[in-house]
Order: sequence, then C-alpha cells, then structure tokens
Amino acid sequence: MRYSLLSVLGQALRGQRDWTPQWRDAAPKPEYDVVVVGGGGHGLATAYYLAKEHGITNVAVLERSHVGSGNVGRNTTIIRSNYGLAGNIPFYERSLKLWEGLEQDINYNAMVSQRGVLNLYHSDAQRDAYARRGNAMRIAGADAELLDREGVRALVPVIDFDNARFPVKGGLLQRRGGTVRHDAVAWGYARAADGRGVDVIQNCEVTGIRRENGRVTGVETSRGFVGARKVALSVAGSSSRLAAMAGLRLPIESHVLQAFVSEGVKPLIDGVMTFGAGHFYVSQSDKGGLVFGGDIDGYNSYAQRGNLATIEDVMEGGMALWPGLGRLRLLRHWGGIMDMSMDGSPIIDRTGIEGLYLNAGWCYGGFKATPAAGFCFAHLIARDAPHPDAAAYRLDRFATGHLIDEKGMGAQPNLH
Amino acid sequence: MRIRCPYCGARDNGEFSYLGDAAPRRPEGMAAEPAQMFDYVYLRDNPAGAIRELWYHAAGCRSWLVVTRDTRTHAIAGVAAARDVALAREAGR
Amino acid sequence: MSTTTLTRLEGAGPAAAPPSALRLQPFRTVSGGLIDRCSPLPFSFDGRRYMGVQGDTLASALLANGVRLVGRSFKYHRPRGLLAAGSEEPNALVELRGGARREPNTRATVAELYAGLEAASQNRWPSLALDALGVNGLVAPVLAAGFYYKTFMWPAALWERLYEPMIRRVAGLGRAAGADDPDAYEKVHAHCDVLVVGGGPAGLSAALAAGRAGARVILVDEDFVLGGRLNAERREIDGSPAAEWLSATLAELRSLPEVRLLARTTLFGVYDHGAYGAVEREGDHLAVPPEHAPRQRLWRIAARQAVLAAGALERPHVFGGNDRPGIMLAGAVRTYLNRFGVLPGHSVAVLTSGDDGWRTVDDVAAAGGRVAAVIDTRAEAPPELRRRAEALGARVIAGGHVAGTRGRLALASVDVAGAGGRTERIACDCLAMANGWNPLVHLDSHLSARPVWSEAIHAFVPGPGHGHGPDAGMRAAGAAAGRLTLAECLETGGRAGAEAASACGFAAVAPAVPTTDPEGVAHVPLWRAPRSRGKAFVDFQNDVAASDIELAHREGFRAVELLKRYTTLGMATDQGKTSNLSGLGIMAELTGRTIPGVGTTMFRPPYTPVAIGAFAGHHRGRDFRPTRQVASHAWCVENGAVFVEAGLWRRPAYVPRPGEGDWMVSVSREVETVRARVGLCDMTTLGKIDIQGPDAAAFLDRVCANAIGTLPVGRCGYAVLLREDGLMMDDGTVARLGESRFVITVSSAHAAKVMQHLEFCRQWLWPGLDVRMASVSEQWAQYALAGPRARDTLRGIVDPDFDLADAALPVLGCAAVTVGGGIPARLFRLSFSGELAYEIAVPAGYGDAAWRALMAAGAAHGICAYGAEALSVMRIEKGYPAGAEINGQTTAGDLGLGALLAADKDYVGRLMKDRPGLADPDRPVLAGFHPVDRGARLRAGAHFFGLCATPSLAADEGSMTSVAYSPTLGHWIGLGLIRRGSARHGERVRAYDPVRGGDVVVEICPPAFVDPNGEKLHA
Repeated sequence: MRYSLLSVLGQALRGQRDWTPQWRDAAPKPEYDVVVVGGGGHGLATAYYLAKEHGITNVAVLERSHVGSGNVGRNTTIIRSNYGLAGNIPFYERSLKLWEGLEQDINYNAMVSQRGVLNLYHSDAQRDAYARRGNAMRIAGADAELLDREGVRALVPVIDFDNARFPVKGGLLQRRGGTVRHDAVAWGYARAADGRGVDVIQNCEVTGIRRENGRVTGVETSRGFVGARKVALSVAGSSSRLAAMAGLRLPIESHVLQAFVSEGVKPLIDGVMTFGAGHFYVSQSDKGGLVFGGDIDGYNSYAQRGNLATIEDVMEGGMALWPGLGRLRLLRHWGGIMDMSMDGSPIIDRTGIEGLYLNAGWCYGGFKATPAAGFCFAHLIARDAPHPDAAAYRLDRFATGHLIDEKGMGAQPNLH
Repeated sequence: MRIRCPYCGARDNGEFSYLGDAAPRRPEGMAAEPAQMFDYVYLRDNPAGAIRELWYHAAGCRSWLVVTRDTRTHAIAGVAAARDVALAREAGR
Repeated sequence: MSTTTLTRLEGAGPAAAPPSALRLQPFRTVSGGLIDRCSPLPFSFDGRRYMGVQGDTLASALLANGVRLVGRSFKYHRPRGLLAAGSEEPNALVELRGGARREPNTRATVAELYAGLEAASQNRWPSLALDALGVNGLVAPVLAAGFYYKTFMWPAALWERLYEPMIRRVAGLGRAAGADDPDAYEKVHAHCDVLVVGGGPAGLSAALAAGRAGARVILVDEDFVLGGRLNAERREIDGSPAAEWLSATLAELRSLPEVRLLARTTLFGVYDHGAYGAVEREGDHLAVPPEHAPRQRLWRIAARQAVLAAGALERPHVFGGNDRPGIMLAGAVRTYLNRFGVLPGHSVAVLTSGDDGWRTVDDVAAAGGRVAAVIDTRAEAPPELRRRAEALGARVIAGGHVAGTRGRLALASVDVAGAGGRTERIACDCLAMANGWNPLVHLDSHLSARPVWSEAIHAFVPGPGHGHGPDAGMRAAGAAAGRLTLAECLETGGRAGAEAASACGFAAVAPAVPTTDPEGVAHVPLWRAPRSRGKAFVDFQNDVAASDIELAHREGFRAVELLKRYTTLGMATDQGKTSNLSGLGIMAELTGRTIPGVGTTMFRPPYTPVAIGAFAGHHRGRDFRPTRQVASHAWCVENGAVFVEAGLWRRPAYVPRPGEGDWMVSVSREVETVRARVGLCDMTTLGKIDIQGPDAAAFLDRVCANAIGTLPVGRCGYAVLLREDGLMMDDGTVARLGESRFVITVSSAHAAKVMQHLEFCRQWLWPGLDVRMASVSEQWAQYALAGPRARDTLRGIVDPDFDLADAALPVLGCAAVTVGGGIPARLFRLSFSGELAYEIAVPAGYGDAAWRALMAAGAAHGICAYGAEALSVMRIEKGYPAGAEINGQTTAGDLGLGALLAADKDYVGRLMKDRPGLADPDRPVLAGFHPVDRGARLRAGAHFFGLCATPSLAADEGSMTSVAYSPTLGHWIGLGLIRRGSARHGERVRAYDPVRGGDVVVEICPPAFVDPNGEKLHA
C-alpha cells in the first residue's frame, strides 16, 4: 500500500487493520546475482539502487540480526557535506542531494530536516582552517557560510559567550546540513528495496565466503550456502571480520563511539552545533531529546558500550559550551562500533578478489553517507567501475599514498 | 575501564592513551622493504577477541604497556611493561 | 495488625491530635508512616498552595491533598495520575522549581518535599484540567504507531516549513530553564571492597555480612530513607515489626568504621573492571543548596566486588482505560499507605494476578479505607485470602479482568468482566494493580550480560554470565535476583555480602537468617486483558497501547528492538521500567512464541536519568580545562598584555601601549622594534625534552629524519620529525649539551604528542638503546631575545665570565651560562625572526625575575616585549613553516625541507614518505604570496586558481595557509601550498575566498620575504 495521508486516514477508520509487513521476511534462495552482506542503511540502500538504477533485482541482503540493528540505529542522525578535501566533497554532496529527495523517492518519511550544522571556532587558526574548508565546499557547489561571533549568537543565543574558557569566535555553517530519523532510513530502504524485488533476509549470519579459482561463488550462512556471482560487504563495525573470511587484512580498526540522549524538553536549539574546543556536539530531536556525542572511547572494541571517562569528557564539553544544560538529565547512552580507517575516510572498492566488493571504513561518518554509499557502491557492483564521486575511496590508496586525511592525524585510527 | 599499570597500580582508563595492536613489528634497518613497512603501518587483524595492545600511561609514569584484552568483553587478562616485552622479544630474536 | 504497630524511625514521636495543617490533607491518615505530621511543609502545584509534611515526596503530599490529576501524556495528552511511588514513575512528571533552577520532567515520586517547593504540571495548555491538545485523543485512530513515517511527505517543502515545526512544538515534555545552571556540582573518587547497590533487606544484610568481616563497604540507595520495601510493607522479622530489625541493622552498620551508607545516591551505571558511577543528590531536598555546597555529587567508585540488591519493580495490568488517574500499582498503594500515611482512595479495588496483591486489602482496611473489590485474574482466588477480604466487605471476583474504566479526570468506577462473561460495574476511586514483579536487572546488563527468563517468577533474572569474571564480580541478591520474599532477601543478601567479602580476602560469614511472617508468592501473570474497551496502555508516558503493538506485529516489526523503535515502547524517561515486559508479553502472544523467544531489550545506563551538570562537575566556565600560564605571565598582566588561548596555554598575543587603538598597530610596532632594536618574547610554551645516555645520539638519528648524530657538542640543529607514515610530525631544534646529552625543543601544540612518540620509540621499538628522557617543559622558562641589540641586552644579565661574541657563540651555538650572579641558564643562538637572536632558558622559578631583568637590561636599547602575533608575523616574513603548514597533511618535501632528509640512515617515516602519492611533483608545496595590488588584504584559507580558471575542485591548486601584514614590507604577505609552487615564482594566481567574499590576485614568490640570505642572523 502506498503511504500517504489518505491511506493513513483510511486505515484509521478501519482500525489500522490492513497494513502488511513493510518488507517481506524473505528466506534465502539458492542463488542470487548479488548478495549484499549487511542489512544496515548502506546495505539496504545498495540493494535499492542496484534495483532502481541498474535493474539488478535478483539481489539478497543478508542480515545476521534484524534490519537496521547496527550503526544506522545507533548514531546521532546528522547529515552534512562539510568536508574539506576533494576526495570527499563531491561524494558527501551527492549524499546530501539524495537525502533531499529521499522521502518522495522511497515513499517513506525519514524526516530529513535541514536545520543547519554549525561548527564553532575558538581561535584565528581554527577560523582559517574552517575558511579553507568552507571555500572548498563552495567551490564544489555545496553551501557554506563563515559566521563571526555575532552571527553565531543570533543562531544559538543559549551558549556561553561571556565566561568561557575558550570563547566562541564564530562558526562554519552549512544550512543544508541537518538531521534524519535514523531508523526510518533503514526501514524505508528495506521497504523500497523489497518493493523492487530484493530479498531482505534477516537472522542470516554470514560465516564464510566461498571462492573457486580466485573468484567468489557465494557465502556460507547460518541458513546454509547462498550462491552469488557478486558479494558486496557492507558491514561497518565488522568489516575486518568479514574480510578475514576472504583472507583479507584491512587498514581498519573497530572502535566504540558513544552517543547520548537527554530527556525530552520543549525546543531549545534548532540545528546541529559542534564545540570547537572540546568533544561535544548536539542537536535536538523532533521528540524533544537532546541528542549528543563526542569523541570515540579510543580503544579497539566490539562491545557496543563505552566507559565513564569518555562520558564525563563529553558532558564537560557540553557544560563548557552551554551551561544551561546542567539541570537537563541524560536519559540513555550507548555505543556503536565504528570501522575506523587509517586516514579517516571510507573505502568503496573492489578487493582484488574477483566478485568481492567492499564498502567499509566509515569511521563515525557513515550515517550521513547512506544514500550516496548505496548509490556509488551499487554503481561499482553493477559496472565494475567506480562511480566518479567515490573514485578516491580506493583500497590501495594507503599503499600509494593518495590519502584522504581531513584531520591530518595519520595512520592512527583512534585520532580521526 | 581500569588498567593495572605495573608501576602505578589500577588506574582509570582516562589516564592512558591508546595506540593499538602490539603485534605488528616495525621492519628495521635500511634493508626493510616498503611493502613490509606498509603492512606494519596500515594493516590490522582487528580481532574480535583477545588482542595484545599498546597503551601509554600518559597521566602517570609514562610507561608504554602491553595490555592483553578481549575486545568483545573488555576483560583484561594481563598487563606488562612494553619495554620488558620488547627486550624479551629482542632476546628471542 | 494495625497501623500503630509501625514504629516511627525518624522525625518526631507518635502523632498526637493532628495539627491543623493535616485537616487540610483529606487523604492523610491519622497515624503511622515515616512522616512527621508535626512538621508541616507548605508547597504549591500549578500555583495552588497546599500543605504536606516532613517525610513526604511531592507525590505523597499531592495525594494527601486529594490531587489525582498530575500530568498529561506525551501524545494523546490524556489525563494522568500517579502510577508508582518510586523512580519508575512514568506519568507524574512536573517542572520542579522555577527560574534558572527549573527542572523539567521531574518525577513527583522522587522529589522530596521541602518548605516552599514549587511545581507545575507540564506539556498542557492552557491548564492541566483543560488541555487543548486533549483533542489528540479524539484522532488517536490516526495517530497510531509510526503514522508519521507514512505521512507529511507531500508537498515536500511543507515538512520543514510546517509539519516539523508543528511537531517540535507539541512534542518535548517540560521546559528547560533557559538560563545557566546556577548550582555547583562536584566529583569524587571512592574505592571499596564491596559495593552494595540497594538499601533494602537484601542490601542491608549484604552490607552487614561484609562490614562485620572488616571489608570496606559502600552501600548506596536512591531513596532518602534506607530500608527499601521494609518501609512500605507491614512485615515482621523475628516476631517483631520489621522496623525494629531495620533500626538495629542501621545502627550496627553506622557503628562499623569501614562502612559508608549513602542515601539519596543512585548507582546509575556499571562500567568495565569494577568501575561504577553514582550520583548523590546533596542539595535537591532543599530549596537552594547551602552556600559552597554542591547540588549533586558524582561518585566514581572502584569496587572489587559488588552486590546488586536493587529490588524489583511491580508490573501494571494492560486493559482498556488503565491509565485513568487513581489506577496505581498495588505496591505503590501500600507505600503511600504505610510509609507516607496517605490513603490513595476512599474506596479501593484491587486487581491482581497473584497472592501478593492481596496484601493491599489488609493495608487499606487497616488505614481506614474501604476495599470495594478484589479481582483476581486467576481462576481460583486463594480461599483464606478470599475469606479475609470478604470479611472486610470486599466483593471478590476470581477469574475476572477489568474490561473498562470510567471517570473524567479521575477514576470513578471499573467494569469487571467475570469468569462467566458477565460484566459488573464497581464504584471505586482507586484501583491497585498487581501483576508480578520484575527484578531490577538493569545494572547487571550494563556490561552486556543478557538476563534469563525465570519460569518460577515469570520474569527476567540476572543470567549466569553476569559480572564478567574476576575483574567486575557482581552478584545479585534478594528481589533483584528474583528471590522475592522477605525471607529470601535476608538470606540471599547476607550470603552475597559474605561471599563478596570472602572474594576480597576477608573471613566473612553470612549472618544468621532471621525468621519472617509468611507470605504468598503464587502468581500467574496476565499480559493483557482478553477483552476490554478503550486504549489499553503498555507504555504510559509514550502512549504506546496494545493496539500499537498489534500494528507493529502486522507490519513486521516483531524483533524486540524493531518493536521498541517503531512504537517508541520503552523509550520514555522511565526507559520502559513499567512497560517493557508487558510489551514482550503481548508480542509473545501475537507471535505464538515465549517471552524469552521474543527477546529482551538491553538496558542502557543510566539507570535513572542523571543531570548533565553532575557528569561535568566543576569543569565548566573558565574552569572547563586548566589554564597554563607562561613564565612572564605576571609581568604581562601588569603591562596590559592581550592574551590568546593556545591549547591550554594562555599566551600574550601582543602588549599594547597607550594610544594604540588597533591590534595591528601594536603588533607592527613590536615587529619594527625587534627588527630595528630588540624584543623579548616568552617561549616557555615550547615542549622541552631532555635526552641522555650513551645511545642518545643514535636514538635521535632514528627519530629525526635529518642528520643529528654528527652535531658537535655546543651546537644546535634543526630537527625534522616524521610520522611513520612519512608525513611531517613536527619540527624543532636539538641542542647537544654534551657527548651524551641533548635537549630537543618542539612546538607547543605537539609537545605531549612528541614526548609520547619518543617514549614509544625508546620503550617499544628500540629497548636496547641506552637512553633515557624526561620532559622538562615545566622546569625551564625560555625566552627569545631578538634584534640587532639582542647581544647588548643579554650582556646585562649573563654573568661576565661568559663570552657572548659571535666567535664564541656563533649562530646555532649553545652554551651553559650563569645569569644574575650564578643562576644556571642555557643559552641557544636560535632565531625564529631572522634577527640576531638568542633563546635563553632559566630554571622556572627564576622565570619572572629573568624576564624583568632582561626588560630592564634592554631598556637602554629600546626593548619591547613582543607576543605570539609579532612572533608569527616575523616567522611568515622569514618563510618558516609552523602549525598551519605542518598540519598533518604535508610532507617534508611539501615544505621545502626535502633536501635535509638523510639518505644514509634509517629513521621513522623513511620508507612511507616515498609513496607515489606523497612524492608526486604535482603536490602543493610551500611558496610565498604577495598581493599584486599592494593595498589588498590576504586571508588564510583562500584557495588558489589560475587567473582564467573557473573555480572548481578540479582547478583547485592549493590554499593560503598563513598571512600577515608585514610592517617591514608595508603590505600583506602570505605563505601557502600551491601545486609545483617552487617552480612558479613570479606567476600570478587568484586567492579565492568566497566565504569571506575575497578574490585577490597574488604573485607567487619565494617564501622568505625579509633578508632572504640571512645576513642579519649572523650579525
């Protein structure tokens, strides 16, 4: 049933009785043209665009748990394209453009809300670095504004302008940035992919990648062997484990990143704001909770939970920036496992094993990339050639030195 | 998280900073090949399970430590001074 | 048994004639409870004034005054009253206090009453009784779970302009203060052998066992009175009222020196390796915290063992209209009766699925209330209980359920469907619901342990894998372990405490287990009424009804996490404490699976919401991070310096003189003074590392990319440090003080990182090298003295035995000298300005004196102090790269340092720097830039384009990294990175800066603008 106000009103009169599962709970068939491993946002988007853009519909998405059980449902829901390097900007700008038309495309309201992303700066050097970045964005056709202190005050009068250890001097604003209801992205893509014939297979864990004569022939799973001409890994957080099944070692470490939500309150801030002198960024969800986060905990982890030192660090940043937060209460904190790559940027590439494709290394930036990652990964899988917007995300760039290191932190994943 | 520094006792993880897997060995000397160095600098096993890893007691004695830890549970099986481990490694060469 | 047997533990003696205030509290009983009826406390709710008593919570005081309606639900704005009496309360959320201290979403059940307390209901307009958005209830059939995912999509533009702003306004709960929090918070570290979570019978027994053995014990309880449910039930221990056991136990615990009892303290999170987080509400029961006292205190507790004795939470029933004010948990009814002396209603009906709920009957009757009916959902009611209830005049219906409720803003009657299908209406103003208890497994699951299903109590209990081994031994006891009876609590608590203490090496024995009065625990839960009229709520606060769970099931959201996220079940401020299991139960019914087959949801910290201020402690405002002051700080303050934050350092940026209205005037004057005469600049922020040992030279040769080992004693050299990936880490200077002793100085920003790197190299890469190092950044104050008159000025403080002539101390020379009559100092002939210059280091304690002495000595030569700005201008004039160029993305080659790199030795970064992408001749490299129009201003961050190019990423040639107005040249100059820049001197390009509206034609030039041949340096 197509989703619309009319269908909802109609169902209201019928006790919401006629709705059917948003996607079929498919069972695996013996063979597919493409098996996408990972039923998160990226995997589902990949399957959707394979079907929609390339007409490849004999596709299965294998998910070891349920749809959206990984990072697509654990992030802080921010979308933006405020990157500074040529390898990144066109990709994230494509993503932002796909976000802008997503709901009508997939007939699912994911609440894409472009209320602005503001990065604060606290020194002249930071200002100049943001200018460099903002200029790169503008040159690439994205929007960016460099605000001074008064410009920031007009947007977020609530923060500390008077008594701060690191006074706010201004900010880089991308008005087209914002937030999206994260779970709905996974569900919307699952439903849309399903609608185009893709099998979304839940509770199906991949346990091996079968190869014959150097080419992939399918995957072993908890529900038996599933044959495939092409296997596409889209399992951020577990990329190393899956790649190891094909004998690959990756320039990736798994790290835990914590996220936080406060009790719901009436609107306090409109957009997303990041502190430039501490680890803290914040937005407010439509439900009223402040959604915030900071830095990764900093050590390898697959445990989906973090530690108190990091939590305190984030809250200290929050209170330093915005002393009015003191009496608001933290409702819940949780952790997600990030694929932290060696230069802070992702990989969308072939692997050297024929038929095996890799989408990985998203650090903490994977959510905003969801539509473009699916779009470009589908392009790569369908045509065996990288999409121009993702051409820099090569797996061999670490060997060749064509790094995409926005922060300049080098080959230490926990610093990106 | 609490890490038992061999010199300072059990301390909050906030006192330490993390480098990563202790397994990769730096290829030393002029004979080292770029491919070996690439492997050392960039590739990681990234295990889900036990890992020996390098931590630095930045806000303590400034010792580098080799911590054996399970990345699924964070349980720590042992901590040793990195220099002792490295000396033993050199001796065993 | 009557209420008079309940002994008062705190407050005044037995109540005499009720004071006048009590007559205003129509639901207050005459006696009993842990309240002091002689200490009335005035308070207000929604502007109306009421009277409560000492010992009340806001909830009990409201109930005593007959206030039933306390809030509105999130979505449908349905009228809501108290469901619970503790921290699990989903409905009674209020805005507590006012002004900058307003605390939205405060549960009335945990807000301790104080004189003058002000609270207001929230999320309603214009008033609680007449809430306009109550109309949402009428369109509830439309507002089913997830309706918003299917609507608001057309037209696309309206989502952000209309729909979403509307939703945001009506969503949210209370209003935040909107002003800076005026209260203070603090943090404390604590260590103990045994941490006991919960101060009920199990926790107290555990603390007693461990405390008697001599273990260091910390017991925390969220309540302001210890005792847990002993305070809420009328129970006997060893034949006496339980209160006697409680007061004796507390007295003994208080007498044990190693036992610390923390009431008002919530253990909110369990972290790895025995680390726990707790928050103590030090001042929340007062109108305003006392001066110099914190509002709350964050406890970081490192415990060797822990006993989880947090108790259990009662489950509500799910039936149509189960949210009407007056419908409460049975345990809460007993709490209000027995602890607070409040009758929750005049006529109480009890709805129970087990023996436990029947206890409410006696308690209501004992307090003088009428028991209208007991509805037992089991086919048979226990005969003995039935007889007693009927003797009290209650109607008893076995095998029945509640099929509907009536009453506008409060409960007036319930419709009860009997076993035979007949429905009868029973008038009552309170319905007590008992549907079994859920052990509080929350804290156990914080470390990712999954609880397991217990068929014995129809609830999840801590699983065998909990606690994660010896590092974080946590054992559950009492109701938290699913051992629900008082006898079991006392027994398992004592045993767990003894085991925990034994695990810490103490010889502990479990205390003798006292006897208790009998209690029945038989129970058959009913996850929802088979048939009922109206919305049957599962999650009260988020308005998730049984029909929403059916819809989720229909649409495929059957996995527990999907169910939760799609319906928002369990996502409210109570985090599903009263709703999760009902939700699972209904989904199990719909899918034909068992509850554990459907799954469990993981409980995330914090256990209850914690104020953000408490986590931050005193780290706010100017105390967010420490401030590091340079050695000349006092002089700079006295002389009106303008400071700049540089990391944790506060550095003087420039030192304006009277009449200099603009920073650029001051900075230019400082530069001109240095270039013409002499200036003094504080360089204390530099990282200084002392490196010693026979292998010190060999060590430095491995960590630096250029040759160091050949540096003669008494000389300084430039040091290039690469990361192992081949990019620049930092640059600095190395001074060889002796054959086996070096001091390396590195940039302020990288000091800690470089120290860590060098220790890594020493301890891990090359442990065989005989070398040691120490950071001496704090030990030495270091100043740059620069300008043609630098030597003359220096002469004024260096002791006369030392020759400062160029021949004795040439460029890059270094020497140990004494100053001011024997004070040891180090002198380096280093220049960051291109002038004749020295850096002089003195022991930090002499820093201030040395600075003043240098300023005095230089007075005759026209000295001025110069700050970080002038320093930066002069280094740009000389083309020296700094932080903006050594930004982690550049190689030594990019910065024109390629020729320095050694070819004949191995060093960190040697191999990786040669990767094609880093050795590409097309990379942007360092160059100088000056505006073709000499009046134009340059800005760092501008991108370079060919004069005819249209700006695009493909045409981008690099960017400006540093700019300065050069008073020496009289125009702006810049450093930047541009493709093949070193080969393009003289070429013109655009410096394009759209974010600031800039577009300037610049000429590429060599990066050294002033004295390119270094003649002044050698003066």
